[in-house]
Amino acid sequence: MTLAALQIPAGIPAFAGLWCVAALLAIAAAGVLIGRWSWGYAPIYGACLIVSLAGLASAFWYLWAGLPPETLSLPVGLPGVGSRFRIDPLAAFFLLVANLGGAIASLYALGYGRHEKSPLRVLPFYPAYLAGMNLVVLSDDAVSFLIAWEFMSLSSWALVVSNHRAEENIRAGYVYLLMASIGTLTLVLAFGVLAGVSGDYSFASIRAQHPDAFAASLVFLLALIGAGSKAGLVPLHIWLPLAHPAAPSHVSALMSGVMTKIAIYGFIRIVFDLVGAPAWWWSLIVLGLGGATAVLGVLYAVMQQDLKRLLAYSTVENVGIVFIGLGLGLAFRASNMPVLAALAITAALLHVFNHSLFKSLLFFGAGAVVHATGERNMEKLGGLIHRLPRTAVAFLVGCAAISALPPLNGFVSEWLTFQAILVGPELPQWGLRFIIPAVGAMLALSAALAAACFVKAYGIVFLGRPRSGAAEAAHETDSLSLAAMFIPAALCFALGILPGAAIDFIAPVVQGLAGGRLPMQLGEAWMQNWTSLVPIGSGRSSYNGLLIFGFLLASGLLTALGVHRLATRATRRSDIWDCGYPDPTPAAQYSSSSFAMPIRRVFGATMFHVRDAVDMPRPGETRAGRFRVRVVDPAWHWFYGPATRAVWRTSETMNGLQFLSIRRYLSLVFATLVLLLLVVAAWR
Amino acid sequence: MALALELGAQALQMLLVLALAPLMLGISRKIKARLLRRMGPPTWQPYLDIWKLLHKEAVLAHNASWLYRTAPYLLFATTWVAAALVPTYAINLTFSWTADLIAIVALLATGRFALALAGMDVGTAFGGIGASREMMIASLAEPAMLLVVFSVALIAGTTQLSAMASLFIHGSVGLRVSLGLAMFAFIFVAIAENARIPVDNPATHLELTMVHEAMVLEYSGRHLAVIEFAAGLKLLLYFSLLACLFVPFGMVTGDKNLDAVLTGLMTYLGKIILLAVLLPIGETCVAKMRVFRYPIFLGSAFAASALAVFLLFVSRSF
Repeated sequence: MTLAALQIPAGIPAFAGLWCVAALLAIAAAGVLIGRWSWGYAPIYGACLIVSLAGLASAFWYLWAGLPPETLSLPVGLPGVGSRFRIDPLAAFFLLVANLGGAIASLYALGYGRHEKSPLRVLPFYPAYLAGMNLVVLSDDAVSFLIAWEFMSLSSWALVVSNHRAEENIRAGYVYLLMASIGTLTLVLAFGVLAGVSGDYSFASIRAQHPDAFAASLVFLLALIGAGSKAGLVPLHIWLPLAHPAAPSHVSALMSGVMTKIAIYGFIRIVFDLVGAPAWWWSLIVLGLGGATAVLGVLYAVMQQDLKRLLAYSTVENVGIVFIGLGLGLAFRASNMPVLAALAITAALLHVFNHSLFKSLLFFGAGAVVHATGERNMEKLGGLIHRLPRTAVAFLVGCAAISALPPLNGFVSEWLTFQAILVGPELPQWGLRFIIPAVGAMLALSAALAAACFVKAYGIVFLGRPRSGAAEAAHETDSLSLAAMFIPAALCFALGILPGAAIDFIAPVVQGLAGGRLPMQLGEAWMQNWTSLVPIGSGRSSYNGLLIFGFLLASGLLTALGVHRLATRATRRSDIWDCGYPDPTPAAQYSSSSFAMPIRRVFGATMFHVRDAVDMPRPGETRAGRFRVRVVDPAWHWFYGPATRAVWRTSETMNGLQFLSIRRYLSLVFATLVLLLLVVAAWR
Repeated sequence: MALALELGAQALQMLLVLALAPLMLGISRKIKARLLRRMGPPTWQPYLDIWKLLHKEAVLAHNASWLYRTAPYLLFATTWVAAALVPTYAINLTFSWTADLIAIVALLATGRFALALAGMDVGTAFGGIGASREMMIASLAEPAMLLVVFSVALIAGTTQLSAMASLFIHGSVGLRVSLGLAMFAFIFVAIAENARIPVDNPATHLELTMVHEAMVLEYSGRHLAVIEFAAGLKLLLYFSLLACLFVPFGMVTGDKNLDAVLTGLMTYLGKIILLAVLLPIGETCVAKMRVFRYPIFLGSAFAASALAVFLLFVSRSF
């Protein structure tokens, strides 16, 4: 479809994104004014919803119409420099993700936000946070990119500590702030290296100059740390499972579903766009980190008792899957295989979109559960399928989608990633040939563990019998929140059944990144292959979500019909059988930690420093027995523990420098001067 | 007319797997009984069992939800679709390109997901223990299975089962180290996935070692019939997969005329009956394992298939 055919002048929607940012900032200001009133949430979230929908529509339109990139300079920001903004297919895709997430989160908050105890701590920051995420994507020079990035971090930090009375939230906020600062610092350095001595920070001039191999690799590493820490790459993920659950649920959904994607955007923008041609060993690092992130993330997720923390760790896993796709894309691009690079990048981008859908949905469901019961601890939940029947349906769709089960969307992106792994032997580098099968094994392991993780999450929270009075007295959430859950659920189905449409839609984005594209999925011959997904060639691999869905539906109905025809329909309700020994107390059910126990036994001792402590009263004693499990994130143990101790030790030793005589200080200054002069002399 | 014939061939496969599934259970039970010097029930007993269960009243716990009642049908539908997509007597059937081997593995995972959730629905200790162990076994078996898929896909250059079989059927691939490793791993995975000895015992009840049977303990009547049928289908699926990947000979490759189809059907029947006989022989030779030895059992499958994949990444000629 061309523009001329529709008689719509080009250029109108291109910078709708900036207007949205301005509108969101205005809403944030309004939030300061009306946030104190109890009705204040409705206009704020309503306005956010409308603005996000407008942003969504403009981004969608941009991609749909295939508009050319456009730049805009505004005289705001640094004096004499101004700031530049640009929209291209990559930016439009991430604007789409951000605004879709923003729209459904705002819709959810229209219902959920009513229960906020201190709205003034949330309402001004929420629109600002949305604005920050949009601005990162739109920026076209390093200064405004970094300012927007930091703005996004700080506004989300304010939301994380919005419930500041809980001790753990303060700690989460502190760790988050620290990690965000480190991330931004490395990004500043990355842009510094990119701009070089010329000091022109606009992306256009960065793109024009090609850094030498050393500088490019340095930029790559800095960008990996900077964007990776925001996205949650292991071992930089530690703030994520603390901070994401601490925020209100709609903000958690945005942080997990969207902000990690903005971080991935930062990585893609720097590494795929600004640096220029990649070196092949970069992909080695990305693949290794991605694989480790996927497996470790889901393993921690299985161990969690806190529902929202489980979801946050699962975000870590999915970020790992996206990075596996990106790493493969880098590898194929470095070896000049544009079509295969397109396959890997399509998989990664599709997973970005899919994850933003089902993770938002799952956090909304968790928010509904938390609101209905006041509990995040899964050990106190259970049986909610009877109390929150509609939430239970939506949450089930989310669980199935994130576990990569056909015919839903999570499977499609993982399937594409597997296909990209299977063309790995085409690569000439031996290092990659060794790591790609290992990464494939890790991806397979994480997919299987994700299913276990979400069987646990759903089974403990929604099934079984209520484990506490709060769970027993729970009630269904409001209809707006439910609508916000069913929209992504429907999209999960739609994308799972017709993935070809999505792949064609993001083809221009992929074209820009990989230099090639996949064959048209819904082209002229789409009736011939019945909307099958055929990434490379029809002889190689194909998957047809629509037919699988149709077959499942048909055979399920056929079976149900057959059984109801042939069999007796007599049904009797009775007590639980449980092999003749039913225990009426709900505590006799399998709990969250007992469900995870086999997996903990298999992987735990080596990876998590699991400590089981059993304190069994001796015969005759009347006190209760105790069983305590301690699971430590090994990142703390191996990475941050030593780092903290090193900093501590260094500062202890440096402490002696604080109380010296003036004579010694002067000699120190002199020694430093001599040393520096020697260094300069040696340099020359 | 040609289309009708093609659709007929596909429908034949769908009905064939449905008709043969209980027979496989019957044969292996009969052989097992004979090996234990018992007479054993007749071979067609599973058909009678399913018929009997269908006509029994279904007893549901008071707090059983809709998920508990729909999960058996979802399990059956996914297993049936997956089993019907594995080439049995002929390759390149009309819908063979609908799902590749990865998708078939994932379809089975969907069924397992549904059943594990159903096991936790009523809130009993047995259901929970079964679901938890089933997911643990799956989290070890599924990666091994996917690595098997990788290794055969790397040899054949495709993940489509029909394309793989048509390549292997000509014998040009020959004997390969990687194929041997993959077959070894595949058999281990198949044993674990079908809850057979030494991983699980389909004949036990009331043992703390049981996995699959514990998960479906609360089921009765028509729901149980559907679940048992699905278990038979899954066993048949793995038999067909083994036959299709590693001994694809005798399958219809070209025109589906009556002779070719009959030959294909006969060889297929011969292959799966042979497997149904070999399975109980293997089972009688080993003892059931402790739960926490599964990682060693499945880990060896994982290691073997990973080795196969590594070899293939190094050189396609392994």
